[in-house]
Amino acid sequence: MTQTLAPSLPEASTRGPRRLIPGFGITLGTTVLYLSLIVLIPLAGLFLKAASAPLDEIMAIAQSNRTINALRVSFGSALVAGLVNLVFGLLIAWVLVRYRFPGKRIIDALVDLPFALPTAVAGIALSTLYAPKGWIGGLFSGNSPFWAWWHEQAWLPFGWSTFSPSIKIAFTPSGIVIALIFIGLPFVVRTVQPVLEELEHELEEAAATLGATRLQTIVHVILPRLAPAALTGFALATARAIGEYGSVIFIAGNMPNISEIAPVLIVIRLEEFDQAGAAVVAVLMLILSFLMLLLINLIQSWSRRRFGDA
Amino acid sequence: MDIQVDKVAKAYERFPALHGVSLHIASGELVALLGPSGSGKTTLLRVIAGLESPDSGRVLMGGDDASRLSVQQRHVGFVFQSYALFRNMRVVDNVAFGLRVRPRATRPPRAEIRRRALELLDFVQLTGLDRRYPQQLSGGQRQRVALARALAIEPRVLLLDEPFGALDARVRKELRKWLREIHDRTGHTTVFVTHDQEEALELADRLVVMSQGRIEQIGTPDEIYDHPTSPYVYGFIGESSHVQAERKSGEILVGGRQTGLRTEGADGPVLLYFRPHHVDLSDGEPGLVGTVTAQRRVGGVRRVELAVEGATEKVEIDIPSGFPAAPGSRLTFRPGRWQTYALA
Amino acid sequence: MRRVLLAVALVYIAAVLVLPLVLVFTEAFRKGWENYLSAFTDPSSLAAIRLTLLVTVIAVPLNAVFGVLAAWSVTKYQFRGKALLTTLIDLPFSVSPVVSGMVYVLLFGAQGLIGPWLRDNGIEIIFAVPGIVLATMFVTVPFVARELIPLMQSQGTTDEEAALSLGASGWQTFRRVTLPNIKWGLVYGVLLCTARAMGEFGAVSVVSGHIRGKTTTMPLDIEILYNDYNFTAAFAMASLLALLALVTLLIKTVLELRFADELAGTRRH
Repeated sequence: MTQTLAPSLPEASTRGPRRLIPGFGITLGTTVLYLSLIVLIPLAGLFLKAASAPLDEIMAIAQSNRTINALRVSFGSALVAGLVNLVFGLLIAWVLVRYRFPGKRIIDALVDLPFALPTAVAGIALSTLYAPKGWIGGLFSGNSPFWAWWHEQAWLPFGWSTFSPSIKIAFTPSGIVIALIFIGLPFVVRTVQPVLEELEHELEEAAATLGATRLQTIVHVILPRLAPAALTGFALATARAIGEYGSVIFIAGNMPNISEIAPVLIVIRLEEFDQAGAAVVAVLMLILSFLMLLLINLIQSWSRRRFGDA
Repeated sequence: MDIQVDKVAKAYERFPALHGVSLHIASGELVALLGPSGSGKTTLLRVIAGLESPDSGRVLMGGDDASRLSVQQRHVGFVFQSYALFRNMRVVDNVAFGLRVRPRATRPPRAEIRRRALELLDFVQLTGLDRRYPQQLSGGQRQRVALARALAIEPRVLLLDEPFGALDARVRKELRKWLREIHDRTGHTTVFVTHDQEEALELADRLVVMSQGRIEQIGTPDEIYDHPTSPYVYGFIGESSHVQAERKSGEILVGGRQTGLRTEGADGPVLLYFRPHHVDLSDGEPGLVGTVTAQRRVGGVRRVELAVEGATEKVEIDIPSGFPAAPGSRLTFRPGRWQTYALA
Repeated sequence: MRRVLLAVALVYIAAVLVLPLVLVFTEAFRKGWENYLSAFTDPSSLAAIRLTLLVTVIAVPLNAVFGVLAAWSVTKYQFRGKALLTTLIDLPFSVSPVVSGMVYVLLFGAQGLIGPWLRDNGIEIIFAVPGIVLATMFVTVPFVARELIPLMQSQGTTDEEAALSLGASGWQTFRRVTLPNIKWGLVYGVLLCTARAMGEFGAVSVVSGHIRGKTTTMPLDIEILYNDYNFTAAFAMASLLALLALVTLLIKTVLELRFADELAGTRRH
């Protein structure tokens, strides 16, 4: 009977240092299992599918005009929208942190609207808004009450009253950019805001005592400190925009090679039962998004090294 | 360059920070603004710098009204308590910043800016650290970069806000001596804010003691320490004890008893201030009589806490360490140096 | 300068954020209350609302439990591969919604890896409710976890160690010490998870098959109505989701104002 007790001691010690807080096995096990079932295995299936096609077929799909154009439209409009959001995100963060004005709390909350509003709702709203007869689209297409009123102003010199613009936004690549600006708006604001809040006021005072003008202070002192956060926000917004689908399809017009984004091409390939074609485009997108993520991490580690903060 | 502060008042959202403060600082002087937090000393420094604009009153520099000049135009060297170094710039670029942002007409050539920045780094004994970033430096080194940066613009006056506040005791003492040297070598009019009286007494030519937005006393360290003009200054600078007393035709009485102290002035209640180490035990002669309530050894002397007969306050005095002073025993003593202030 | 910047920012926000929101409600009520309400009497629309609620009720609790377990394992223990695990938890954020849906098509679809086996056994996943649930789960996996991980990281393990040293069991420690500490963070994460689950479009669209009244959620129903030029009904349905978004923002703001210290410091999505 005593023999059965003895071996259990070394057995316990071979399990290495015991973790103090119980539940390691069950929590980590469940986490990995769930993640594998829902995310990892299905994603692995995608790569398997893409790889299962013959190499020359993969290359043909990857190099076809339609694929390249779709990726170009996706990345191009995502980058343009990202840049717009970079500029206006910095502006909005600045206004929210530095100025006091009535309704500030509401505006601050509203910035997150694109995170909370379903993309399909944003899609139909933007598409209606920017359609040639829409509230904003009408202003650009010459098709709005404002232009009707304008054409009656015969007293204007040089025949100005006959002027009518004819710019189409919805159902063109510009429409895609509009949708991506909407969904990407919060990223730069939310990454820059906390950094700006914690920026010591003394820095600006120090610059002023040293003779710097307001503009010099902003360019040489403030913006360099915001740059890592702003770049992170830009990369996050762009990454999100590259994969965006719901808000874009309504406003894009989805013309192959012109206003067809990569996710739309994937859906079309799936509907044509061309799973390999869909998988190759998807893998290309994933690789490019992964590079974006890598970029974000590089920015952040660089910024930590350089400034001692993230 | 001399600084004239003329009846400056400043209030923050109803709570006043400065009540009509006037002060003259001579050219080349090293002056300390000393006071507890909330006394208005930092506000005064920031008004001189132009970082705050006074509600009323003026600041003159070299005889000219500086009130209408912006911070940029005032040309003051300001060292912030947190140093406020630019983390995105190397040390040398921090120092050069003030020269680089000058308008083209007055900006020295690129090479000259660099040469002057490196020269200043030598001057503050940071040779060879020019390519570091501020966060790669120790606290004391950052402090010196901040000073070099302020000196780079060849300021008319040098202003420092709690310059040693964030440093540990050893570095503090070192930098204190060093700042005095810098001052003596450059001859800048220098004003610094501190809450540390030891620092102020050791470093400054003159002290400005402030309390609740007012100047309590201005004077050399000796004047402030030996002749405080108010009970506040007596209590704030150095160690002190005080008891309630009464003046009757020049005699100071404590609890109705003669103390052997005489001073001119109107009859009435007064506060008697003295320093613990300025007392003589006076057995048999008139003096203050107290019962020992506690005692402890402090260095070469014995610090005794006494309940003085006829007074509500307890006082502390220093006596020779060999002197018997068991709790409950009675001692008679007489302050050697003392001061009375009439109770309003 | 100040006024100019403020004006530009406000006009921009009004044009980009407020106008679309106003338009949704204007279009929904363009033909009056009765038309608005009649949009919800359509059985297909009702079915879409029911399906959306069903999907949410399944996906959100599962992801909430996962989020707590994942955050617990990542923040309370040291182990190799922790950084990789945290990255993998965030992975669905960087995957296009369309791809998120399509991976299940490739797995369970008619031509998929185990599609034929499923068909032989009469199990429907793609173009059916299970596929929609799976796609929604994929997309919303990170929400609760990424809210809790920074929060629990900042709280450390001392509270739990104290409880254990006082004789509490692991479960008691979690129930009485950890859970109260992360309560508001959890609510916050569940809120964001719910909003996304109800509004997900791309991933669900790929697996749904768009059979109105059977496999359409509210966002999919909006698409179908809109493409049929039934704008009033489309915007009526959209107004419900927009309202949901506004309520989400309201609760989020209240949580941030009242429990700022008990929420994670980083606000990125």
